[in-house]
Amino acid sequence: MPDIWSLYSEKVMEHFKNPRNVGEMENPDGIGYVGNPVCGDIMELYIKVKDGIIVDAKFKTFGCGAAIATSSMVTELVKGKRIEEALKISNKVVAEALDGLPAAKMHCSVLAEDALKSAIEDYLKQHKLKNQT
Amino acid sequence: MRRIYLDHAATTPTHPEVVKAMLPFFTDAFGNPSSIHSYGQEAKGALEDARTKVAELIGARSEEIIFTSGGTEADNFALKGVAHANERKGDHIITTSIEHHAVMEVCKFLEKRGFGITCLPVDKYGLVDPDDVKRAITAKTILISVMHANNEVGTIEPVEEIGVIAREAGVYFHTDAVQTVGHIPVNVDKLKVDLLSISAHKLYGPKGVGALYVRKGTRSVSLLHGGEQEKRRRAGTENVPAIVGLGKAVELTGQKMGREAERLTYLRDKLIEGLGERIDHVRLNGHPTRRLPNNVNVSFDFVEGESMLLNLDLEGICASTGSACSSASLEPSHVLLALGFPTEQAHGSLRFTLGRENTEADIERVLEVLPGIVAKLRAMSPLLKTQK
Repeated sequence: MPDIWSLYSEKVMEHFKNPRNVGEMENPDGIGYVGNPVCGDIMELYIKVKDGIIVDAKFKTFGCGAAIATSSMVTELVKGKRIEEALKISNKVVAEALDGLPAAKMHCSVLAEDALKSAIEDYLKQHKLKNQT
Repeated sequence: MRRIYLDHAATTPTHPEVVKAMLPFFTDAFGNPSSIHSYGQEAKGALEDARTKVAELIGARSEEIIFTSGGTEADNFALKGVAHANERKGDHIITTSIEHHAVMEVCKFLEKRGFGITCLPVDKYGLVDPDDVKRAITAKTILISVMHANNEVGTIEPVEEIGVIAREAGVYFHTDAVQTVGHIPVNVDKLKVDLLSISAHKLYGPKGVGALYVRKGTRSVSLLHGGEQEKRRRAGTENVPAIVGLGKAVELTGQKMGREAERLTYLRDKLIEGLGERIDHVRLNGHPTRRLPNNVNVSFDFVEGESMLLNLDLEGICASTGSACSSASLEPSHVLLALGFPTEQAHGSLRFTLGRENTEADIERVLEVLPGIVAKLRAMSPLLKTQK
């Protein structure tokens, strides 16, 4: 077995090899765009919301294996969740869902959490504007 | 799955004949070279034989070779040894922004201890300008350290020209030749260096052994104090099996160097050209011609290095990334940043370093697999859309 299997958990590698929900979304209800200036990772996350529930999520990511796997996992975790539930998804939840991340890669899960929060904030802002008009 | 190893700048497999040469010195010929009896003298003979071989390969005298625990010790020894022995003369050291950590970190250490360090820039190919070296020399300069060839981008530095400048100014000159000895011709007189670092495991020898060449008459102090080994310049019982391995590796590599460099250059250029033909937005990092015969360092826009590396590994291809993101440090490579790369590009590089066991079929396999990997990662890259 290649050594990289001992660097990342099987679940991380599985999501890295077959990332879920990759791509852009047409007419998303919220877009999150975050970048980590230190390691250079960039994550873009799109959500579709219906009646306060996230019905779809997609992502595009420039980053290492862990960044791709956490992006994939966070989009899986939010689908079907109510906005208030989705806001509770922390970086630890994402990392645990992937059976853990190496210490040096925990920042990738933080990036995933931030991307999700940023997409939800974007949605809430637009939603508020829509209700005002 | 057949694995293809393309990371020879990191380390090379120990040649079977090297292992064979080393084995008796663990068991039957286990003596301590400092012992008077026959066991000791047997080990001593092997030690001196290895010393002669190393000296011959680089055009030095055998008494100018000091065995060390590897390239890192050789670099530490060269810099700290000269710095501490010449404190009365001056406290200024000149180096470059693309040195290996074993030189860079020593300079930072010496800087904290009061030495003045001038870290010279490089151009976009990674070349140091000898005129910059000349301009940086002051009355206080005691040492110049410029690597022979860069381990990441493979650029071969104008060491010979810098050697002339150093000699005219009467300043000691060290070069880290870990990536070049055994791969391209290295001659200490031609390069006009006073100190030169060698590592065995980069030339099909064992890990944990190397050597420092110190030109006769160079003022230097020891790193390790204790016994009188290595003419009091490096204490500690010599690692005889490893040193014998270094000697054998040097002997084998010296015989085949020219032909092997030619073969690797052909494979290198085939890989570079093939990638350029098959993948858009790919750039060769380092110098197009002044580069190591085995080094291919390329950047693929919009994709990150580690994710390419992982995908290659899943296909059995073992390469390396210029980005240190896979290690504990998340900073991009200091070498690529010194070449003036923006962060994304510094994060999107791959290094393939070829070696003895690689064939044309290996190169073809990379060319077959990599375009698909890059396309897959680009499809998920948020950078591509903004660039369209």
